[in-house]
Amino acid sequence: MDGPTLEFERPILDLERKIEELKRARGSDRKLIAEIDRLEAKASSLLDQTFAKLTPWQQVQLSRHPARPYTLDYVERLTEEFVELHGDRAFADDEAIVGGLCYFDHQPLMVIGHQKGRNTKENMRRNFGMPRPEGYRKAKRLMELAERFNVPVLTFIDTPGAYPGIGAEERGQAEAIAKNLEVMIRLEVPIIAVVIGEGGSGGALALGVADRILMLQYSVYSVISPEGCASILWKDGSKAEDAARVLNLRAQDIKRLEIADEVIEEPRGGAHRDVDVMARRLQSALARHLSALRALDTEVLLAQRYEKFRRMGVWSERT
Amino acid sequence: MAWWRRKRAVTGEVKKSVPKGVWSKCPSCGEILVESDIVDNRSVCPACGYHHPLTARDRLASIIDKGSFVELGMGVEPEDPLGFKDSKRYRDRIKQAKKKSGESEAVIAGTATIGGRPVGVGVMVFAYMGGSMGSVVGERLTRMLEVSLERRHPAIICSASGGARMQEGILSLMQMAKVTAAISRLREAGQPYISVMHHPTTGGVAASFSMLGDVNIAEPGALIGFAGPRVIEQTIRQTLPEGFQRSEFLLEHGHVDMIVQREALRDRLDYLVRILTHR
Repeated sequence: MDGPTLEFERPILDLERKIEELKRARGSDRKLIAEIDRLEAKASSLLDQTFAKLTPWQQVQLSRHPARPYTLDYVERLTEEFVELHGDRAFADDEAIVGGLCYFDHQPLMVIGHQKGRNTKENMRRNFGMPRPEGYRKAKRLMELAERFNVPVLTFIDTPGAYPGIGAEERGQAEAIAKNLEVMIRLEVPIIAVVIGEGGSGGALALGVADRILMLQYSVYSVISPEGCASILWKDGSKAEDAARVLNLRAQDIKRLEIADEVIEEPRGGAHRDVDVMARRLQSALARHLSALRALDTEVLLAQRYEKFRRMGVWSERT
Repeated sequence: MAWWRRKRAVTGEVKKSVPKGVWSKCPSCGEILVESDIVDNRSVCPACGYHHPLTARDRLASIIDKGSFVELGMGVEPEDPLGFKDSKRYRDRIKQAKKKSGESEAVIAGTATIGGRPVGVGVMVFAYMGGSMGSVVGERLTRMLEVSLERRHPAIICSASGGARMQEGILSLMQMAKVTAAISRLREAGQPYISVMHHPTTGGVAASFSMLGDVNIAEPGALIGFAGPRVIEQTIRQTLPEGFQRSEFLLEHGHVDMIVQREALRDRLDYLVRILTHR
């Protein structure tokens, strides 16, 4: 695999590169073939070992992996006839969020997600996946459109957070996020949210009030970025590794805390190592949840959604 | 008018929240004032109108009918679901916050009357871990909103919070959705919800129930916004303009309906409850 890599991936990738070279030179050399077999076994067990003891911080890094599949990578693989819809009808089209109509399993679906860029130019356009109020208002408009035509909504969450800028504040970032929470809690069609990478705080939740919350195995979901948490609580942004540990932000933590409904296993070494396999696993999970939700009466659907969020939290009660 | 000739405002139920001492220097205008004059004026500087922070109990007392408050969810208390520890343990921070604020958590919620009309009311306690919202704040506010829904009362929330509480991780984030869900039910039932934003109201609290009032009210000079000013400065590498994210800025940009002086808040809430409920 070529392209950008993380530090802890490097030993594995070095081995794999060596194997590739040997394969090219192999011919019918028995000794080389045996060496290749040996190295392949070694690479495979190194991969398993590395991923068996990932630290929370390494998982944060994986969730932000520059080669990680983004919203449009899944849209391309999971849906048919996707047509993007643009703009909030008030100010702008925020390309940090994409949305549009498509077919999933031969049925109409509204898909909305944060979109990051692969390179500097794309990231300027996508603002690194950090939406401004227009992005959230576009998302709201598309959800309400879906509701009018009885089309379920699928959201992909992958953002460092809502953009903290002057213009964003002037145009009501807080209100834009708040409004989406309110619209989503009472939207009269099924909603499924999938955290595919970084679930960054309120900027993520603004697409996350759903009947089902699914997370990919190496995704994270957090009230604040580990860096932000470290700079507030430790007064030292470099303590992000410690913050990542205490925040309990990994997919398995979020499931244990009864916020995520399901964690979808990623291919060995992460979704970026086999996007097609990841997409197929996601496809089957989505199809299963969607058909269960479609079977519910709207009233039941909304009551269950309310109850789902109503129960969230851990407290004790003194009587 | 010079402050010594100014007529004192009606004292209402406001108790002392400015530290004891005969003289006090206003942090805003620098005027040296007699302590009791500030306190008697609902902790508003008689010289420049600066709003000193009020304790949550004083704030509550200043807007509701005397003796009308019935607290809800007092027994709902914090846990430490993540076993969170930074330089201090969350459990120790909780103990400290209780001691510092004199309150059991970062919100006081219940039912009361304003001008004889019943309301649900929640007041955030900034002195308790910066008014941060964790599971207890979410649960207490939700119960208050659900009781309001059931009894067909309007609801009022006075915010003063830095946002979601880091020490409860994702559970804190989800309280934004939980409280908003309860507000959405009030909305559907046609019952008013009034949001009053005090200094400061930011982060996940601003980005959920605080900005969702049928009527949004801001206290003069309060810092209100999604991202904190420091985060914005670090992101854009510029100094922020004077008055950025203050109440007056929010009014100018269309995010709050009005700025109401502390001494006028009670009457304004009374008016809104009356006109919106046709009673």
